[in-house]
Amino acid sequence: MSIRHGLLALLERGPMYGYQLRAAFEESVGGTWSLNIGQVYTTLSRLERDEFVLPLPENDGGQRPYEITGTGRAELARWFATPIERTDRPRDELAIKLALAMTTPGVDVAAVVQSQRTAGVRALQEYTRLKTRQDKQAQDDLSWLLVLDAMIFQCEAEIRWLDHCEATILRRTRTARPAEQAQTPEPHPVRKEARR
Amino acid sequence: MTDVLELRDVHRTHGDGANAVQALRGVTLTVRPGELVAIMGPSGSGKSTLLNLAGGLDRPTGGEVLVEGASLGTLSHRRLSAVRRRTIGYVFQDFNLLPSLTAAENVALPLELDGKSIRAARRAALAALTEVDLADLAHRFPDEMSGGQQQRVAIARALVGERRLVLADEPTGALDSQTGEAVLRVLRERVDAGAAGLLVTHEARHAGWADRVIFLRDGVIIDSSGPLGSADDLLERTS
Ligand SMILES: Nc1ncnc2c1ncn2[C@@H]1O[C@H](COP(=O)(O)OP(=O)(O)OP(=O)(O)O)[C@@H](O)[C@H]1O
Ligand SMILES: [Mg+2]
Repeated sequence: MSIRHGLLALLERGPMYGYQLRAAFEESVGGTWSLNIGQVYTTLSRLERDEFVLPLPENDGGQRPYEITGTGRAELARWFATPIERTDRPRDELAIKLALAMTTPGVDVAAVVQSQRTAGVRALQEYTRLKTRQDKQAQDDLSWLLVLDAMIFQCEAEIRWLDHCEATILRRTRTARPAEQAQTPEPHPVRKEARR
Repeated sequence: MTDVLELRDVHRTHGDGANAVQALRGVTLTVRPGELVAIMGPSGSGKSTLLNLAGGLDRPTGGEVLVEGASLGTLSHRRLSAVRRRTIGYVFQDFNLLPSLTAAENVALPLELDGKSIRAARRAALAALTEVDLADLAHRFPDEMSGGQQQRVAIARALVGERRLVLADEPTGALDSQTGEAVLRVLRERVDAGAAGLLVTHEARHAGWADRVIFLRDGVIIDSSGPLGSADDLLERTS
């Protein structure tokens, strides 16, 4: 996601200066993504260049608030209306790592998968704990809860994908070496074919 | 604090000779009061076998299972049944409700079998059904309820009374994500109030509710995950 559109969305609530924007941003994503103030100012000056925001006179404290323009509002509406394309997201480092693990000699792919899975489950345990803690504190902090849920579902998807990779690799290696299988008895009991 | 459940080098082989299946091959595990442990693993890895042994529904072919310090293998049939009725709550993978009894009667049954008055048992059953948000359907029969509703009745039956060990085999299988989460919340609360819980699940999202997650593969524990230090650390690192 772009910080640009995040800031535009916040300015739609009313004019704000840099530190206010940073605080509002972190509040709405629940601290899952922190901005430094430098990023905020750089982004504001680009938004100003593109005429999406307008600087207002400094206040008594020497802070300069910014206001969203008509063009800025149109850009924001366009952003909300356009789905995020998969190709806009950064490449998945894990997928690349696993692909390399499979083709690099001497790498224990099952161990790579398992350590990733354990890390994923551990993250899920922590997110879940945050979520239950949050439930007890404020019932109305819905945006933060939904961001947490997004992280939980993403984490789960990654683990399911790991399960899938592991099962696929296992099936491949079993069918790829039928001669070897016939000679050595299978080390583990035959598995039940399907769930229930 | 004494462990509520302890498995010591437990083995379970089904059948013998050429057909022998080694479902568990040396599992050691303890669960304390206030602790929820999740078991994950592919189909056929021995999860239900482990849970059945923990619940005294099956006997190991090697090793020992202890519930509140008592080795289940040494108990008489009567004592074992009493432990199963009073101490252990069990949610089966396929619900296992009695079709001729209503939801409330199904939930009350373990208490009635244990000698509680029918009125007291019904009252406790209604409270347990309320916990899983099913008080309205207390008088329906299982075949008048959806799969997810039956599953919640099965959970109420496992929680009714003061069970100190709750064993649940895929308790969220037929539930949508909201209802599944509600069930885990109920389980979590019961554990936080002092019970010990063992939960089999193939959904990582649900394993996230556990204090410890154990990975089972071909009858062996291959890895486990306790919680990280602090949740805020994790947020730092993901941001
Ligand atoms: N009564 C039995 N007789 C023979 N083999 C059995 C019996 N019960 C289970 N098994 C075998 O023991 C192994 C473990 O079965 P178990 O039911 O514990 O798996 P599971 O992990 O619960 O799988 P699922 O996720 O499909 O429920 C499997 O290979 C299964 O076929
Ligand atoms: Mg099973």
